[in-house]
Amino acid sequence: MPWAEALLTSKVAGQEVTEEGRALSYVDALREALTLALELDPKVFVLGQGVNDSPGMFGVTTDLHKKFGTDRVFDTPLSEEGLTGICAGAALNGTRPVYLHNRPDFLLLTFNQLVSHAAKFHYIDNGQSNVPMVVWSAIGRGWGSGSQHSQAIQGFLLGVPGLKIIMPSTPYDAKGLMLSAIADNNPVLIFEHRWAMKTKAVVPEGIYHVPLGKGIYRRRGEDLTIVGTSHTLSLAIEAIDELGKEGVTADVIDLRTLKPLDEEIIFESLKKTGKVLVVDTGPEMAGVCAEIGCLVAEKGFHDLRGPVRRIGLPDSPVPAGYTLEQFYFPDKNRIAKVIREMVSGT
Amino acid sequence: MIRYPYKDIEFSPTPRPKKKYDPEFLIGLYRSMLRIRMIQEAIESRYHEDQMKSPIHLVIGQEATSVGVCAALRNTDQVYSSHRTQGNYLAKGGSLKAMLSELYCRLNGCAGSRGGSMHLLDKSVGYAGSSAIVAGSVPVTTGAAFSAQLLKKDQVNVVFFGDAATEEGAVWESLNFAALKSLPVIYICENNFYSVCSSLEVRQPGVDIYKKAEAFGLNSCRIDGSKVLHVYEATREAVERAQSGGGPTFIESVAYRWRGHGGAGDDSASGYRDPEEVKAWQEFCPIEGLYKELVKQKQIDEIRKNSMKDEIKEEILEAFEHAINSPNPEEKDLSTHVYSD
Repeated sequence: MPWAEALLTSKVAGQEVTEEGRALSYVDALREALTLALELDPKVFVLGQGVNDSPGMFGVTTDLHKKFGTDRVFDTPLSEEGLTGICAGAALNGTRPVYLHNRPDFLLLTFNQLVSHAAKFHYIDNGQSNVPMVVWSAIGRGWGSGSQHSQAIQGFLLGVPGLKIIMPSTPYDAKGLMLSAIADNNPVLIFEHRWAMKTKAVVPEGIYHVPLGKGIYRRRGEDLTIVGTSHTLSLAIEAIDELGKEGVTADVIDLRTLKPLDEEIIFESLKKTGKVLVVDTGPEMAGVCAEIGCLVAEKGFHDLRGPVRRIGLPDSPVPAGYTLEQFYFPDKNRIAKVIREMVSGT
Repeated sequence: MIRYPYKDIEFSPTPRPKKKYDPEFLIGLYRSMLRIRMIQEAIESRYHEDQMKSPIHLVIGQEATSVGVCAALRNTDQVYSSHRTQGNYLAKGGSLKAMLSELYCRLNGCAGSRGGSMHLLDKSVGYAGSSAIVAGSVPVTTGAAFSAQLLKKDQVNVVFFGDAATEEGAVWESLNFAALKSLPVIYICENNFYSVCSSLEVRQPGVDIYKKAEAFGLNSCRIDGSKVLHVYEATREAVERAQSGGGPTFIESVAYRWRGHGGAGDDSASGYRDPEEVKAWQEFCPIEGLYKELVKQKQIDEIRKNSMKDEIKEEILEAFEHAINSPNPEEKDLSTHVYSD
């Protein structure tokens, strides 16, 4: 087993599920969401390269084709742009495609159909049509994924009107947000994170929806507001939990969806703490960190008691080797260091 | 120099008609082509007024492809097209008033002034939309066909695109998928030899377009796009194939673009093609060709033609009046329909 995966698995194996109820792995929660959607609505279909492989795509699609047939759950040719357009056309005509990709890097092949077609039709058709489709992919990190298999591209897409962008961080959210995405009448992108997919937590049975465009507090505190999504937010939670020993506390906001963005929760917390740290799995430049940082500076300036800080990725491609990688990706120690600086005002 | 002489083009055998044509059907085809031509000319004649603030891509010379294809379709069959929308839209039965309102950027345009000439739609007649990105509609139509198959809907799906679209990868991705899944889709490649000002010979190495489609596993043919009945018969056969689960068809319809790529008038004088080539192709006018045929069969005469023209002229005038006098959108209309509820 590759080193990072093994390391992570050993760490997660010891993780306690503290809340009451049925514990489910992140992957099983996603598979349950797809199963429920396929059972509920014959118009839902699932496609992607390798969804019918015996392990399924990361285990998320395992055996779905056996239950629902290969008309509705099928492996695809390697034609990402074409198939994105095919999903858009199918969605325009009454079905609900869920198109799964191993990595967001492959979405770069789809931008013409995703950005210039799927995201546009509802508007340019003057509301006469809609494009209910889901595009799912899992951000990679580690075991040599490198520059072409670890890109977190949500920031590129933030400026595309008509798209919705989801970044789950827990098994509960992964299931509820997937069900919300499939039920939504717009093109919705879900960016999972491979490391978040190793976690396990309480997940209710049956159908439930996590609302799109609404953030949630993961921690409540006084000294600063940490806002972000996905795996980097989980690292930030680890950091602030440790800093508790030093008497530092924070509001930690998991945005859950980046677009539409829940501005209200950010400003509500900023009013109280006066300091904002934005964290993201993508580049700091021109991405999620930059957008939220700008938003806070523009609309929350008078509540700020210190500079907005951001923790994302440097303006350099992702290296493949683990030695370089440890300097590239933020970890809880680096996040803790920035938090200390913010709190002490240095 | 005439780069693409009509006589050099080899066409596939045209399917034989299943039954004798009803004279009114033939006259209907003639009228539909004539109407498109007259509408195009009317738009062209007013374009300099700069009130239709939308790029136009005239279909003059290529009317038979739009009309022949759509004559073989039902209202419930879906048509998508490229930027050269108007012939396809009108042939499928799209509202002329709503189209002109769209060109005049009015609130009651067929796309509420969000689409412009390159994105017309009239869902009530199965004209589902178009894309201003070359080849953009090809995967979308393939997806429409996939959904029809999945939902077991009796719906044939047709996409019009130009020769240059076949230089885009998404076309071949779509054809591959359509053949793989045996989808009820018909690909209509309108080969007019020019992509804006770039001739086919500088873009493609001389392999027949329809033969490439054949290599992808599709039933494919090349037809004479100046002969509306050839277009109709080839499409009719393709529709039957799609309806019976026989899968996709690729039709390369060769017809010449009498005007420039965009805007009013012929721009041959700029040097990318010989004006003599345009003249040579005008000898194969699809509308005149059918008219002569119908006169020979004594199914039409000068009087009927003229009264038809008068009727169409009146309809066009009324539609222009309607568009010009329609309200403009307001600021509040800008941000509706960004998301669907």
